[in-house]
Amino acid sequence: MARQVYQAIVDGILVGGVYALMAVGLTLIFGVLDIINIAQGVLVILGAYLSYSLETRLHIDLFAGLLITVPAMFVIGVAIQWAFIRRLRGRERTSMTLLVTYAVALIIEGILYEIYGPDPKQLNASYVQSSVHVFGFYLSDIYLYGFALALVLIAAIYALLYRTGFGRSVRATMQHETAARLIGIDVNRVAALTFGVGVAVTAAGGMMFGATNAFNPNSGYDLISRLLAIIILGGLGSIGGALAASVFMLTLESLVDIWSPEWAIVVFYAVLVLVLVIRPTGFFGRPPVRAQ
Amino acid sequence: MTGTVSRQRAAAGLALVLLAAAAIVFPVVFSSPVITNYAIYALIFIAVVTAWNMFSGFSGYISLGQAVFFGSGAYAVGIAARDWHINGVGVFALLPLAAAVGAVIAVPFGLIALRVRRHTFIVITIAVFFIFQLMAYNFSFTGGSVGVAAPFLPWSPTTFNDRFYYITLGCAVVAVVLAVLVKRARFGLRLRAIRDDEDRARGLGVRTMRVKLAAFVLSATITGLVGGVWFLYLTQVQPPSGFDPLFDLSLVLMAFLGGLGTISGPIIGALIIEPGQLYLTIRYTNGYLSEILLGALFLAIVIFVPRGIVPTAGEWLRRARTRGKPAVPPASQRAPAATGLRSEEPATSDEGRSRLKRRPGASGKTERAGR
Repeated sequence: MARQVYQAIVDGILVGGVYALMAVGLTLIFGVLDIINIAQGVLVILGAYLSYSLETRLHIDLFAGLLITVPAMFVIGVAIQWAFIRRLRGRERTSMTLLVTYAVALIIEGILYEIYGPDPKQLNASYVQSSVHVFGFYLSDIYLYGFALALVLIAAIYALLYRTGFGRSVRATMQHETAARLIGIDVNRVAALTFGVGVAVTAAGGMMFGATNAFNPNSGYDLISRLLAIIILGGLGSIGGALAASVFMLTLESLVDIWSPEWAIVVFYAVLVLVLVIRPTGFFGRPPVRAQ
Repeated sequence: MTGTVSRQRAAAGLALVLLAAAAIVFPVVFSSPVITNYAIYALIFIAVVTAWNMFSGFSGYISLGQAVFFGSGAYAVGIAARDWHINGVGVFALLPLAAAVGAVIAVPFGLIALRVRRHTFIVITIAVFFIFQLMAYNFSFTGGSVGVAAPFLPWSPTTFNDRFYYITLGCAVVAVVLAVLVKRARFGLRLRAIRDDEDRARGLGVRTMRVKLAAFVLSATITGLVGGVWFLYLTQVQPPSGFDPLFDLSLVLMAFLGGLGTISGPIIGALIIEPGQLYLTIRYTNGYLSEILLGALFLAIVIFVPRGIVPTAGEWLRRARTRGKPAVPPASQRAPAATGLRSEEPATSDEGRSRLKRRPGASGKTERAGR
């Protein structure tokens, strides 16, 4: 029993790392653009399908393929922001962006259905099935590689945010958009690039998701609802919060999964509701500033 | 001036009577069950979107959890009929139960979700929605993924749709009448005050939590009832159909297309979108193309009519009516004509335009309610 619990905790942390990557993209987009990107879930699935195509058609390794899919997803992200989200203004912006990103999700999902059909697919590579035996735990290679990849990419995002001029503009925009505009930051450019970065990480997240789960175009909904729960729990716009909440939630889910796989996901949402009753801004969220 | 107002009112009354007559004779003229099926779904959605709008449209809290009440109402009727062995027309006696179940669920749901605003509120409603869908899958009394089937109604196939047409028409009328009453009452003003500025509304003495919760529960009650009717019409409910994420988004889209917070907007939105959606699903049974088209429709609406048909059309009408009239009357006429012009405020002046954007009906009254 105890061994199962430890194994569950280790699994939870490893999977949590991958979710953290996807959640960071989502919370970054929220922080800068003040929108929730409902399409993030289906974009992850799109990333998985891109990896799938590269692997089956061109026999490109999953990790090497990221060199192609990450820039591709970046471009898609910038294009979505430029074409649809940029236009939205006014008091109903919150709900409008929700509708727009949902519409984008529907269109992408429909296109994926047209191309790949509804049958579940899974990504394959030599390291997907193999595992290593460390300290009495079985760790599958793909989870380890994925966790390492997630750590590298999250570190890269941190470096981008805290060590570059662009990162400074992003953080300034997150703090106060009008003030950022006043000191000469091109907020529209920051918004477009941030959306691109937030979507680009879904390529890596999607590759990992596709290697560890069977997916079809419809899998995006389950994923987005989990990611939303994670970023709300961590506090909207908080990157550290998204990391902590991902690991916490996925560990919890994998623990409950030992007793009852059916209810594991319910616990996931129930915890979200409970935490928000006690602390409406999530773990690391700041109380909202009153809009004028 | 009073002459035009009463004439307008008479015209509106006549239009309403004609509309009611058309609605009543509709199934007599179009007796084909294919057509009445479209009409029944449109009416179901008119009722539910109006109920959704009563809370979300008036208060500005966009809920994506309305399917919780819809599905719960459907399941309540199905489970009660199965466990209490109620057959035949007697199942309609269970509809108040569906409404009550909607209301009972809405109280704790609202107490939790209404503590937070904007994005967080939307996500909480999505989370609660998924909890309910998963519960429907996992509990034994909900029949798991098989769902629940309705008892057999001893109605001939030819009259089945007609009867449901009138039942759903009744639901839609009740929902719309309630929405009108809410909008005209002080309660409605308080809701709109919350939408405009919740902190200020509270500062001015509106008990915001109580008002929001009351509207949420009212909206849930109607939705639960309609969910029960929908279940009896479809004769079955499964977790993905009773708790359908597309259902919630369709509601939001219909309300947005018509005009959020208006009475006629949600009706127009439902009348346009629901038959269209149904047609696409029937026409393209594989569903993929209909999904792409639906998504494109979403985008088109948000980009081209972001404020909804009713407010946009209202603005066009006003602009057409005031075309050619000077925005500010020439100085020579201004002084004597000032009192006479009061009621037809120049809509093209800067003041008029800014008030138009803030929806004059809502914000003007809000200030009055606050004082």
